[in-house]
Amino acid sequence: MPGLHSYLVVAALVFAIGLFGVLTRRNAVGILLGIELMLNAVNINLVAFARLHGDPIGLLFALFTIAITVAEVAVGLAIVIVIFRVRRTIDADRLDLLRG
Amino acid sequence: MTAATAGFWAVAVVLLASSLAVVLTPNLFHSVLFLAVALVATGVVFLFLHAPFLFGVQLLLYAGGVVVLVVFAIMLTERIVGLRIRQSSHDLVNGVIVSVAVFVGIVGFLVQSGPAPAAPATPPPGGDQTVALARAILGPYAVPFELLGVLLVIALLGALYFARED
Repeated sequence: MPGLHSYLVVAALVFAIGLFGVLTRRNAVGILLGIELMLNAVNINLVAFARLHGDPIGLLFALFTIAITVAEVAVGLAIVIVIFRVRRTIDADRLDLLRG
Repeated sequence: MTAATAGFWAVAVVLLASSLAVVLTPNLFHSVLFLAVALVATGVVFLFLHAPFLFGVQLLLYAGGVVVLVVFAIMLTERIVGLRIRQSSHDLVNGVIVSVAVFVGIVGFLVQSGPAPAAPATPPPGGDQTVALARAILGPYAVPFELLGVLLVIALLGALYFARED
């Protein structure tokens, strides 16, 4: 079995890739996909530590993260659809109504 | 290198390659398909960690639910596949700098913390941790778990309310 550090490094890489997506994507759905990758990386960490300590509570936290992410995606995509209906675009750079 | 280690690294390569494809491919629809691959690969990593129940949850909720939701959102906002869903990426250099800095920070912390303690070599009793997880869900963590169900219902009702036709 590969060591704990292997899992942590892979998770860190996925997290960095997701962060890169969030920073560089301009489409709102693309930004949401980057956030998905970041949350996914955190889940890998949680499960790896749960395995290391032989403690199922880490798995429980990962389970909670997954369910809450699904809720977040459902609400986020509904907001994206409403924004598209109102503004006819989901380009994050052009959604600047609240900019002073 | 044992078979498990080789398998893990193979899955890790698939995971990292599809993650990169998610953030780099210009076609948003392909991006979602690569996200599905990345999520399934993550589920396989859970299998390597003796958590088959989370593998199932990952497939059902993430790879099943989230991907279908995102595909619907793309269809509703861009309508025609491949025509208007080209997306551009800005500030590539800044994004690379920040991401690499975060990664180096995390790995630096790992290096500083010294060698990892060895994981228990023997798999948990019964081969996985599902029994212990079920006892935790139905025991001390029953109330948070039920609240999670309430949260999901509220989120779905909220999404329906936002996206309704009026």
